[in-house]
Order: sequence, then structure tokens, then C-alpha cells
Amino acid sequence: MKIPRFPKCYKVETKPHKFCPGCGHPIVLKMLGQVIDEMKIADKVIFLVDIGCSLLAWDFFDLPTSQTHHGRTVPVAKGFKMADPKKIVIAYVGDGGGYAIGLQHTITSALRGDPITTILVNNTVYAMTGGQLAPTTVEGEITTTTPLGKKESQLATIKGPEILSQVAPQGSFIGRSSTNKPLVLKQYLKQAIEAQMRGNYSFVEVLSACPLNWKTDAKGTIERMKKLEESFKVEIFSKS
Amino acid sequence: MKKFLMGNEILAQAAYDAGAKIMFAYPITPSTEIFETWIELAETRKQRDKETTKMQYLQAEDEMAAGFGVIGACLAGVPAFTATAGPGNVLMQDAFSMAEALRIPTVAMIMQRGGLSTSTVIYSQEEVTLTCFGGNGEGFRIVYSPSSLKELYDYALKAFWVAWQYRFPTFILADGYQGKMKGEIEIRDTGYGIRDTKCKPILREGVNLRNCYDLEEEIGEIILTYNDNYAKMRPEVEEYEEYKTDRAEFFLIAHGIVSAACKQAIDELRKKNFKVGLFRPITLRPFPTQAAGKILRKAKQIITLESASGQLARLFKDELYWLNMPFIEINKPAVGFTPEEIVKTVREILK
Repeated sequence: MKIPRFPKCYKVETKPHKFCPGCGHPIVLKMLGQVIDEMKIADKVIFLVDIGCSLLAWDFFDLPTSQTHHGRTVPVAKGFKMADPKKIVIAYVGDGGGYAIGLQHTITSALRGDPITTILVNNTVYAMTGGQLAPTTVEGEITTTTPLGKKESQLATIKGPEILSQVAPQGSFIGRSSTNKPLVLKQYLKQAIEAQMRGNYSFVEVLSACPLNWKTDAKGTIERMKKLEESFKVEIFSKS
Repeated sequence: MKKFLMGNEILAQAAYDAGAKIMFAYPITPSTEIFETWIELAETRKQRDKETTKMQYLQAEDEMAAGFGVIGACLAGVPAFTATAGPGNVLMQDAFSMAEALRIPTVAMIMQRGGLSTSTVIYSQEEVTLTCFGGNGEGFRIVYSPSSLKELYDYALKAFWVAWQYRFPTFILADGYQGKMKGEIEIRDTGYGIRDTKCKPILREGVNLRNCYDLEEEIGEIILTYNDNYAKMRPEVEEYEEYKTDRAEFFLIAHGIVSAACKQAIDELRKKNFKVGLFRPITLRPFPTQAAGKILRKAKQIITLESASGQLARLFKDELYWLNMPFIEINKPAVGFTPEEIVKTVREILK
């Protein structure tokens, strides 16, 4: 049997990676790694990661990578891109970093049409801290801070790509994919990076699983992912 | 070349002359003209050099974005800076603590506002502790407190060089009074302009940076290393000024604009045969401890004067507790000093 090889831009000595079994992050990172390999852009990519589970990717790739502070990855990416516009700058954040503590940066970056790529992993909970309410937590979802189930009437669930596509300039790439559809995800990541290379804004939200905090087994995780795709549409939202 | 400029304009001019390329800022009184002047300088340069200039600016959505924008540019090896004050300085500590942790040479111009929340906008020395020790760490920072328009220029120019040389976040700590003051200023190359060759990308091939650790021992070791680096740097960076300290018995200790008032007061007091001198720390971090120890060793009385409630006095006592001599604090939180009242107060104390 032929074992598929790691993407070339992986940092092999840091594997196995630090994410929990069943986590969606490694799928996102694997697809990103394949895109970077296939586009032959490893020498141009700058990878910046947020705090939360995304921080575990600080040495995932053999690429210039830096952790930032919680919610502040997008402004660091913007500053880097202004200073060195030839680089392909990727901000890797979670739903807390991108939609709560750093929401102002996410929206302002889209308003400005920053030529950077933001990848936001949405697993509907604050996972690193042990499963608290996130801006993406869905109706009825039990978290440690919504033990009776989250009520949409008290806090609406944020739909990032839908909002950003209303404010980002023409030519932006804005989409939502899912770790359940890795090839669609890969396609979106490629299109997002291509948009950045054309000088345009790009944003990909990825629906992702957190079996640890969801307390789901393999079957339950897949069912939940399918259900999530009903509330969070997997599609391209930008009109180019 | 002589120019007639406002303090805030001088700071922008100094950053320009130092070779800074990008300013990130969120407007806040009394620092706003620094950003406005930088934009004017950048746009003028753009018209002159067309596409070739690297001068840029960004009005960020908030102070966090401004601070982290500076970090992003520094990671790419491009000297960048920001300016803020008061509550903006509070928000920016988020970025400054990351700069401390990853040794990123950010430069920030802090035009102090009155302490306690939003407060006043003209003048104060209430941001000494915040600027020196604002992060969740050890205060691995370099903080200059200038006291005149000329010094605003000289130290802002130097700040970039020092930041990139030692890779500690560097601050110019002034106030609205100095920022809004106008005067004639000699613009000249002091040799402290940063050369492009000095600024290499920090985040480059083979570099993975983190500020989150698995083990206490890992971060403990890093803090100890930074401590050593900071201690080694101190003699090269510490700066102070002494005024009429020859045969002085009584010493005033003040920084920033208060020290300028002290000098005038000392001239008066000397005429009346009071043996008074001034020791002025120019770097508040690192505090010029060695020089202070030597100069103040034989003092009969030490008097600190500041527009805060003992923030400078605390720095002084922390570093020079062993002097063990009569010590009086004259604190006027968020309020300025005139030379006349200093003369009066000092005469009463020394009577």
C-alpha cells in the first residue's frame, strides 16, 4: 500500500502534531500544505497564528511562522504585508480570535480589502479553554458557559463570510468550507491565496470538528458536522 | 537646518530622519499631530520619489491594531512606530508585552495624559509606571523622558537605533505640554539615523516564533536570558543629566519637563546660597542607577518632584534603597510645577 506523503512544506520533526485526536485543524493545515506545495509558494509564505488551538500550529510548517496575541493576528498580518508586499501572508485564527476578541480587525481588514488571507477555523466552541460559548455556538448547544443550551434569542450566531461579503471590495474571495469536504476546502484555500496574489482580500471560514469538547464519538462527530453544514452554508459568498 | 516646529511635529520629523518607514496610529489627544505630520511627510516624499518610496501610514481601527501593525512591520524587518496617550497606552500594552516577549524593536511615542482613566489631555507624568512596566512581565523596555524640544528630536531619532540595536521595545515618554509647544529646532544628523542594513527581517526562513510555552522552566529560562541581555545593555543605554551638582548638598530629582522647571529654580536658589543640584534620569528604564549612586552618595537631602503620586520616587527607591538618606517626595499628580513654587517649597524644606 502506498502511504500518502506529508506535504513538503511540513516540518517533519514536529510530527506527530499537537492537536487532539479527531480535531479538524490538521485537516485544514494538510489542505493548506498541499496548496502551498502545488502552487510552489513556500518561499513566499508568512504564516501567523492566533491564540487558542490555532497556536499549536506555530511549528507545524517549515515556513516562517509566528504566534501573535489573541485576536491580533490580522493586524500583524496587515503590518507585515505593508512592509513586505511580495510575501503571501496568511493569518490563521479561530472563531474566538476572528469573531469575538478580534472582530473589529476582521471587519476592518475586509473593509480595507487588505491583500492578505485569513483562515478562520469554526468549531462552534472555545476549545482550548475547555468548551465555552463562542460567537459561532449554535441554538441549543451545550457549552460549559451555556449549560442549559445556547439561546439564539439571547445571542445570534455570527455568520462571518455572509457579513464580510457585504463589506469587502470587488475582487475579494470569501468562502466557507468544511473539514468534511477537504477537496472543496483545498479549492477555496487555493482561490483565496490566488486572490491575495492578485492584490485582493481573501477570507475562508472552515467548519471544523472538536470531538473532545463536543463529547462526540466518530459517528456523532460526522453527524454533527453534517448538521452544522445546514446552519452554516458551504459556498463562495464573494461576487468577483 | 533650523526649523520652527511644534513638539509633535518634531517627533514625526525625527522618526522620518531616523529612517522609519511606516507609522500605525489611532488618533488620541495630545499625540495626534505626530500622525498628521507623518502623513504629510510621507505624502510629500511620495510626490518627490513617486513609486520608489517605502514611506507608508495606516490609521488603524484601534490602538491594539496600531501596536500589532508595528509588530508586523518589524517582523518583516522594516522600522515602524506608533504614538498614543493615556487610555490608548493602556490598550497598546497588549502589543508591547508581545514585543517584549519576542524582542521586537517597536518604537512608541507616549504623550502622557492625566492618570486615572480618560482624564486630562494637556500635561501629566502619570504614565511612568505603565510605560516602564505595563506588560505582564519584567519591564524589558527602554524608556526615554525628554525635557525640551531639542531632546524630543534627539531622543526620538536615537530611539529607533537603540530599539534595533538591542531589540527591546523603546519609548519616548513626553506629554501634551511638550507636544504642543512650538519653538526653533536644529534638525541635524546625529549619526543615530537607522541604516537599512541594520534592519533585517526577524521572521524569515527557518524561524518559528512562539510566546506560549508548555513548561514553566522553558519560559523561566528565557526570562533569565533576557535579564542577562538587559543587564549587559544597561551601561550602554542608561542616560542622565546632572545640573549644578558640584559641591551640592541637596539634590532635586525630577524627569521630563519638571526637570526643566527645577533647573530654573536651582539657578534662583544658588543665588541665595542654597547648595542645590539636580539629578535627572533621562532613561527611566533602565534607570541610571550607577551614576545616581555616585552623584548622590554624599547628599544630605534628596527631594523628588513629579507630576504624579510617587511614580518616579518609586523607581528611584527601588534602585537606590541603599542610599539611606533623608528623602522627601513632592508629588503633584497630573499638575505642573513652576520654578517659583519649587524655589519656595525647597526653601521651606531646607530652612
